[in-house]
This record gives sequence, C-alpha cells and structure tokens, in this order.
Amino acid sequence: MQLARVIGTVVATMKNESLQGRKLLVVQTLDKDLNSTGKPMVAIDAVGAGVGELVFWCRGKEASFPFKREDTPTDCTIVGIVDSEQHVTR
Amino acid sequence: MIIARILGTVVATQKDERLSGKKLLIVRPINVDGSDTTGYVVAVDTVGAGYHERVLVVAGSSARLAQGMKDTPVDAAIVGVIDTVVVNGE
Repeated sequence: MQLARVIGTVVATMKNESLQGRKLLVVQTLDKDLNSTGKPMVAIDAVGAGVGELVFWCRGKEASFPFKREDTPTDCTIVGIVDSEQHVTR
Repeated sequence: MIIARILGTVVATQKDERLSGKKLLIVRPINVDGSDTTGYVVAVDTVGAGYHERVLVVAGSSARLAQGMKDTPVDAAIVGVIDTVVVNGE
C-alpha cells in the first residue's frame, strides 16, 4: 500500500457492468515526505474519500478485495483515509 | 487503472478460444491532462469503445474480473469510456 493524495475525479458513463455505481478518483502517489512521486492513477474508492484528502491505496489483484470478491475489475483501490498529515510519522 | 487513448485495432484469427469474439484494441497510456506518453498496450474491449476515445484500462490479473472476462487469458482490459477528468478543479 502507498500514501496518495486525491487530486481529481473521473466520470465514465459507459463502463463495464461490474463497475456500475463505483466512484472513480484520480490519485497522486506520495513519498514518505508526502511529496508527489510518479504519475497520477485512477482508483476506485472503497471508503468514501474526497478530493484533497490524504489516503492510502493498494494495487494489484488485492485491490478488488474490498468489494465483492472476484467481481470488481480494479487494480487500484483507495482502502483508507489518513486522519491528517500529522498522523504520518516519519 | 490508467487512462489511455485508443490508437488502433488488432485482428487475430488464430487465438485462444476463450478470446473468441473479444475485440482487441491498441491503447496508449496518456496523462491526466490528455497528453500522450510513450508505449502501448493491447487490451481487450469490454465496453464497446471506439477509435481515439479516452478509456480506463485495468492491468494485471484484475483484468479477468471484468464481467464477461472470467478465465480469459488477458492482462489488460478496457473497462470504461471516460466522459470527463477533473484534476485540481480543471
């Protein structure tokens, strides 16, 4: 899992049926000092995150586990919201 | 998931039988601002996307989780056609 900042939203009307009703967010990965690193990705939201929030996300097949397993095609899912930047101890 | 633009199609008559009837498209990953990156991926279309559209691409084993893709030998699937991307309010 990695820390990321939610920087935007994506709207896709036409999508695979197994993605119906899922919220798509653009996330920017952060390093341990909370600086941007790498390219933004599109993630599915599993926890109710919003733009500007500090979150952590997981990649790979495990990203589909928060949803009904073997059901949601995602390789990138937001699985937690960090309470605040002060809660990231370095 | 990554955002990509459809560059073209692939026709393969002889393929794994579980890929029969699936549309293969060449997609190029793009940045959230719409600018091109380099490289390309051949992805299976699950939504009926067309040439030059911006799409969402799921990579890895999660690609098999899309509806209609169960047990198919793919590692990249197009799961959505993007209407809008809003990043940093733009």
